[in-house]
Amino acid sequence: MPRARSLERWQGWLFVAPALVFVAVFVLAPLGQLVAMSLTDRSLLGGGKFVGFENYLRIWRDSGFWRALLFTGKYTLVLTPILMGLGFALALLTVDNTPLKRITRTIVFLPVVIGLSSSSLLWFWLLDEQVGLFNKLLVDLHLIREPIVWFVTADLAFWAVVISITWKVVGFGMVLFVSGIQSINPDILEAAVMDGAGYWSRVRLIILPLSRRVLLLTTLVSAIGSILAFDQFYIMTSGGPRGQTFTAVYWIYQNSFVSFRLGYGAALSIVLTLIILIFSTTQIAIAARTAET
Amino acid sequence: MTAAALATEAEAVVSAPHGRRASPIAYLVAAVCIAVIAIMGAPMALSFLASIKTPADASAAPPRYLPQALSFGNYDKVIHYEAGLATYLANSAFVAFLTIAACIVLAAPAGYGLARFAIRGKEIAFLVLLAPIMIPYQAILTPLYLDFAKVGLVNSHVGLAIVHTILQLPFSIYLMRNSFEAIPREIEEAAMIDGCSAWRRLLHVFLPLAVPAIVTVALFAFINSWNEFLAALIFMSREASFTVPILLVSVRIGRHGAVDWGALQASVIISIIPCLAVYLALQRYYISGLISGAVK
Repeated sequence: MPRARSLERWQGWLFVAPALVFVAVFVLAPLGQLVAMSLTDRSLLGGGKFVGFENYLRIWRDSGFWRALLFTGKYTLVLTPILMGLGFALALLTVDNTPLKRITRTIVFLPVVIGLSSSSLLWFWLLDEQVGLFNKLLVDLHLIREPIVWFVTADLAFWAVVISITWKVVGFGMVLFVSGIQSINPDILEAAVMDGAGYWSRVRLIILPLSRRVLLLTTLVSAIGSILAFDQFYIMTSGGPRGQTFTAVYWIYQNSFVSFRLGYGAALSIVLTLIILIFSTTQIAIAARTAET
Repeated sequence: MTAAALATEAEAVVSAPHGRRASPIAYLVAAVCIAVIAIMGAPMALSFLASIKTPADASAAPPRYLPQALSFGNYDKVIHYEAGLATYLANSAFVAFLTIAACIVLAAPAGYGLARFAIRGKEIAFLVLLAPIMIPYQAILTPLYLDFAKVGLVNSHVGLAIVHTILQLPFSIYLMRNSFEAIPREIEEAAMIDGCSAWRRLLHVFLPLAVPAIVTVALFAFINSWNEFLAALIFMSREASFTVPILLVSVRIGRHGAVDWGALQASVIISIIPCLAVYLALQRYYISGLISGAVK
């Protein structure tokens, strides 16, 4: 019997091994290469001389990177509360399973499953000052007099992307919040009704506190997505005007695949990885510590 | 408690308590729902309507909300764009298919091993398998590109599918493990008494019972692979190997400089139809997968 058990232990590894090898070869090894590359002056054409921490020192002086990082931070800090707030409001609106509310949930969620490139090009068209129906609608409703030229200033371009992404992913938070609210023990809510608690005090005193875990985890998932934003800016603003809407990932892309400064791009990638690591380990720790089983 | 019971309770308690007759608030809530449907549904509806305008009508400034006449001219242009729409759809479908296959082949045994075996040093295995969540794939695309270039995996469906598998693997393993853990011990023990080896138990006992999890893994692998943009942009530089998201960007640039708005919206509609179709067909799987992936 002890022999059989040790065989079992070995056998367990055998089943996990293919996935482990895959991650080792395609994630961990490239990460090692990335670290090594970040210490060289490698470009796509060649090079690869060891330069120590010079790339990292250069990051300090790279105002473009800091601007991109700051812009990414602003984007994340503005977008995340909008997504979570609207998502929660929509969850409260549609939490009951009546046919109309189910349909509302489905329609709100549809943009989540389409591609970011599709949604970005859809909004690039809607927001166009010549042929865009978003502008036409605002004019027809007498909200504005002239079509807005969205991509001519950094501020307007920023809000154009925020509007499109809000449409694209607001359903993500909504669906998670709906499931969170529906898993609250109905007895608690019923008891509150008996005690004469009105709708808003039930929301404030019961639903919000009991949704804290879901809110926190959804916020982290959503924030990580925003920090890694690329597609929507590449497609809608191309980083412009005058390079004012580059995000962190976009800046790395520019350095690595447009200017071919691979060593420097690698150093930037390491910095980005460290930033994401903070968020993702927090997320995993919270999820593990408060796991519902 | 069953979902249905939960639903009726929620209906009664979360919102304002319903009287026997619909209250004015219920009408207000319904009106808000309809407004939300209109706002959220409008962009895709307008895009569809633009795609069936005549090409000239689709580029008219100022624009009109509705088509003046029905036309498939925009779709016709997309179908014959460069290497032809069929090529791009086939590229995307093949990459998605490879991603689905790789996710199932890697995640099913891994989930089984983690769920059913006392592995020494399980924490280390977990940590390695979580690595793709903690290390953003955006960061490792450069070394992957250089490695892939050496072995001919740039401009290759297999290469892109590997990147897409990296993205999906942790979630897939997590789903498979949870699904296997939920299968009662007795079923497995019965199979053991019958002399089934561990591999046969996986193939003949566990996998048939984990079909919902496999469907969910495949569904997410399909949608995320179909939509992935950055790796496809970097790895697929040859026109004939473009996937659909890269085709979209290429259509916008067009052949003559000016944006062909009608063709662009036709290609947007073509790109989203497969996603909407599989989502609507498998909505339950998608939502339950989303919930367990994000907040469990």
